[in-house]
Amino acid sequence: MGEVDLLVGVPTHNNAKTVGETVQGIRAGLLKYFPRERAVILNVDGGSKDGTRDVVAAASINDVQRSSDLYALRTLPCISTVYGDTPATEVALRTVFAAAELLRARACAIVSPESTNITMDWMERLLRPVYRDNFDLVTPVYRRHKFDGLLLRNFIYPMTRALYAKRLREPYAVEFAFSGRFCSHLQEMQVWDHDGGGVGTEIRMTIAAIAGGFRLYQTFLGTKPHLDRGTADLVAAMRQTVGTLFWSAEPNFPYWSANRETEGIPTCGAEYDLTTEPIRVNRKRLYQLFGSGVGELEPVLKSILSPQTLEEVQGIAKMSEEEFRYPHELWVKTAYEFASSYYKSVINRDHIIQALAPLYRGKVYTFLLENRDASGEQVEANVEELCLTFERLKPYLLDLWNARE
Amino acid sequence: MWEMIGGELDHAVHELAQHFAHLLPRLLAMLIIALLGWVVAYALKVTLRGILRIAKFDRLSDNAGTTQILNKLALPSSSELLTRVVFWVVWLGFILLGVQVLGIVGLQEYISRFFLYLPRLFAALFIVFFGLVAASFFSRAALLAAVNADSPSPGLLATLIRTIIVLFAVTMAFEQLGLAERTILVAFAIAFGALMLGLALAFGIGGRDLAKQFLERRFLKEKEEQKQDELSPL
Repeated sequence: MGEVDLLVGVPTHNNAKTVGETVQGIRAGLLKYFPRERAVILNVDGGSKDGTRDVVAAASINDVQRSSDLYALRTLPCISTVYGDTPATEVALRTVFAAAELLRARACAIVSPESTNITMDWMERLLRPVYRDNFDLVTPVYRRHKFDGLLLRNFIYPMTRALYAKRLREPYAVEFAFSGRFCSHLQEMQVWDHDGGGVGTEIRMTIAAIAGGFRLYQTFLGTKPHLDRGTADLVAAMRQTVGTLFWSAEPNFPYWSANRETEGIPTCGAEYDLTTEPIRVNRKRLYQLFGSGVGELEPVLKSILSPQTLEEVQGIAKMSEEEFRYPHELWVKTAYEFASSYYKSVINRDHIIQALAPLYRGKVYTFLLENRDASGEQVEANVEELCLTFERLKPYLLDLWNARE
Repeated sequence: MWEMIGGELDHAVHELAQHFAHLLPRLLAMLIIALLGWVVAYALKVTLRGILRIAKFDRLSDNAGTTQILNKLALPSSSELLTRVVFWVVWLGFILLGVQVLGIVGLQEYISRFFLYLPRLFAALFIVFFGLVAASFFSRAALLAAVNADSPSPGLLATLIRTIIVLFAVTMAFEQLGLAERTILVAFAIAFGALMLGLALAFGIGGRDLAKQFLERRFLKEKEEQKQDELSPL
């Protein structure tokens, strides 16, 4: 095949229902915005059993040309390959990265096969900053419901921002674009050697870009699709994000321990976009899970939290449903003490992440109560306040980190 | 007659002096061996203490729950206890070697038995310690999984798992020591069997309706409702 200018990777596993639409969306975007560039779509599949690869192969360029009135000036190959029998994000991304390096692609993008809301603009918004403006990593900004992605808004975004001093909205991005230069850097620095079982590659990559001084950019991609809202496994999500964030803090200590002013990131489109239509949420269950978790996990929390923080957490667990509040400051101290305990491996690291889940539910319950009738701006103000608390208490984390065991 | 008594006394004193003259170098050798043993045992104690500190043995012991048990028994920390055990075992070994030099008939067999018993003693200690570590790890894993899955009585489940593993480890340790092997084995089998039978009866007969309700609630209606109401964390 020789060399290409652009490469778009689509990692799949049993996505036959949606991948066809996604691939056509990518094709249309490439034809419209990059008609003269040499481009390739690479599907990397983790052993699908539902004919995903057949759907990718059947997605014809003629359909795109007919429906969108776009015509190709060059061939636009779509290659499908299998990297294994079981899905593994890390292996899928490594395969795309290896292909990008082999083909000397100048700009690459990863698109989730579930992104059925993909529009032609996506390719332009993701690839242009890398291809034409020399940015190295482009992360998305999504339109979300105000109660969607709460782990990101109550933990991952504020803590990443406090540690790495960048206002990066989606440190854990499933859609992103990157430069060939950054791709080579990732291969060299062995960002893959991680004891977390190959999860959280996306967040490790983001942190590697920040710590490596690469140029970052954010781009608005519209509504984030959640095909199966009910199957979101909190502990698995925490392993992927919180676990990786904690793990990354150790090798990047020299970077984040330095005192830096928090910087914004150039963004195309809105920096946040929150919708507020009413949705059904079982708040009572969150409250109950927090209370029972704090009660049952006392011996585990004792080895992770300081006596004072534990006492305060136990104190709020006794509050009634209406009075209950998990204050920002207590939540931040909890987060930092968990991070420090993870670093010092006071108990098994995976157990530390699991022990955080009930406490996070308490914070989410508070968030839902406080923002029950809030507008998008008010929710954003609440998140900003939390971020500032994370930043203000950063010296507390440094003290914990440097303290002798 | 007085001459005879005097002669015998002379002879006895002479023999005693001869015995003493024979024993004295051996006694001296024993003392030297014991002193050397003390030096070796002390050096081992200091080295082991350093190694255990680097290996964060006390933290491992905290996690295993051993420290709590030792505190209740007013004993020092695990690493201190282990170094003291090693010190005394090594020094006792040297003292017994020294005693062997004295050539006291009948004692040598016991000394050999002591040395043969040492590996079993260490193996038993090893089994108990790692049994406690495993019990702590698996009971905590079960507790966390049960709490996050909103299962009933997570604490009880964790205690049950801890008890079973500790019982298993103690039984293995006793078997290793050769102490009341059959009694311990039979007691373990009875206790374990009774526990399982009790649980089966309690769940199968006593709590049949409760179990049915629980399973229905757990896997049918409530699960569906909860799924509908969950928020996507990412």
